Amino acid sequence: MINYDKILSEKVKSIQFSGIRKFFDIAATMDNVISLSVGEPDFKTPWAIRRKAILSLETGHTRYSSNSGMVELRVEACKYMQNLLGVSYDPNNEIVVTVGGSEAIDIAIRALVNDGDEVLVPEPSFVCYAPLVELAGGVAVPIITKVEDNFKLTPKALKAAITPKTKALILPFPNNPTGAVMRRDELEEIAEILRGTEIMAISDEIYAELTYSDGGEDLKKHVSIASLDGMRERTILINGFSKAFAMTGWRLGWVAGPEPILTQILKIHQYAIMCSPTTSQYAAITALSSPEVRRDVDYMVNEYDMRRRLCVKSFNDMGLNCFNPEGAFYVFPCIKSTGLTSEEFCERLIKSKRVAVVPGTAFGKSGEGFVRVSYAYSLKHLTDAFARIEEFLREIK
Amino acid sequence: MDNSKTIRDRILHILRGNARLTDEQIAAMLGVTAQAVGEEIAELEKEGILVGFTAIINEEAYDKNAVTAIVELKVSPQMENGYNAIANKIAQNRQVVSVQLMSGGFDLAVTVKGENLREVAMFVSDHLAVMDGVLSTATHFILKRFKEKDTLFPVDADDERSLVSP
Repeated sequence: MINYDKILSEKVKSIQFSGIRKFFDIAATMDNVISLSVGEPDFKTPWAIRRKAILSLETGHTRYSSNSGMVELRVEACKYMQNLLGVSYDPNNEIVVTVGGSEAIDIAIRALVNDGDEVLVPEPSFVCYAPLVELAGGVAVPIITKVEDNFKLTPKALKAAITPKTKALILPFPNNPTGAVMRRDELEEIAEILRGTEIMAISDEIYAELTYSDGGEDLKKHVSIASLDGMRERTILINGFSKAFAMTGWRLGWVAGPEPILTQILKIHQYAIMCSPTTSQYAAITALSSPEVRRDVDYMVNEYDMRRRLCVKSFNDMGLNCFNPEGAFYVFPCIKSTGLTSEEFCERLIKSKRVAVVPGTAFGKSGEGFVRVSYAYSLKHLTDAFARIEEFLREIK
Repeated sequence: MDNSKTIRDRILHILRGNARLTDEQIAAMLGVTAQAVGEEIAELEKEGILVGFTAIINEEAYDKNAVTAIVELKVSPQMENGYNAIANKIAQNRQVVSVQLMSGGFDLAVTVKGENLREVAMFVSDHLAVMDGVLSTATHFILKRFKEKDTLFPVDADDERSLVSP
């Protein structure tokens, strides 16, 4: 008998499955669950995008593309970043098309991190950053963001976390699970700290299109740290198609940044992946270039915005204080008033009312006292779930 | 929020998708007061734009025998009244679900509902076909519904997403 425990990588063994997965296992054993737990759009991929993929298959375009992705797609992605963020990248050597934002995060971290390097990870945040840093031999250093700061990264917290070993700062905004965004002046304060250093910002902007504001159109627009003075050279920018274009299953994203870094990133991508799926790349060109798709995206953003407002009001009315999120498609209500921990709350809610929400602790210890609620659902689904949660809250009083 | 749309546009958009939301819920979605929503809805009703609130029912799923037909009617319009008089007369019938004046190969599209095939067939032959001004009828029975009023049937059946995902 092989002793697998002995032969397996110590690093891999030391990382844990995501807390989301654990909760999924509980939910999967139950019937009639109303889920508010998904991190993917309820909308289908816009038809123009699907049609382009079908056409590419029908005409037999099923070969490898160049390692960094099809030229047309890289050109479109660079145009898109120029328009949306005001940052320009050279499609020839400053962008790699990846298998989702997830691969982009992985290879960006691996390209930077030496053994023992520290990577700062604001929390609560998406589940993958710390495990990927650790696999790369680095040390993930959490920076707690707080509800009283609207879950934003503050200059004070950043300064306190920086050491001589700090290699990079993950900037996970707009944020999953909190929905927090960083506005221009707030990013400017972060940039001011980074400018004098050699710390790279890894800016995960997968939700860049899904931003909202109750204070007017100008505020609404996402700002990338790469667009601030002197920051393009110290930023690795990550984006993708999953969220804004409702293309989760297509597994396509990209990473962009200064040429010396992208050259190294491309090596990892070349050996690990070869190239991203060609069918998805054809579809993605249409996603970025079609005016019809642009209208579909605008429609989806507007629907999310209306649901967001309804969610915030509904939770506040129920007595669960809900921070007003300005990005992504999650709300992050505080459940401390129930006296339960996040995990207890979620387990009891799903067992007694068959409503699945994700414990905030799945996104870092600092998520204790909160739950993540996704509003990537129809209004009827949302209001049905709210009615059940209200009942639950009455019963546990 | 799409600022090119008026509050009236936005309220109607929301109601088309889901008319059971309260004024408070709609107000939250639009970032206005519940009173403003109530007043706009009252005004829309007064102007005859918002005419009613009704359920979307998958009739064939509810009652296997129930039958709905779309009847194409050719009719002769009347002096002064045009198609109005005959359309109104047809609309009075309990079995008639909707009446629309159409462009193209026929004049009125009449949706007729009945408890069974015979009831609908007899209504067409005994009431519609013999009506003064009706020149011809062509009856098409609905076999299956896929989408009504922006709503796919069956609802949510194809949400293939995991219950929980990152």
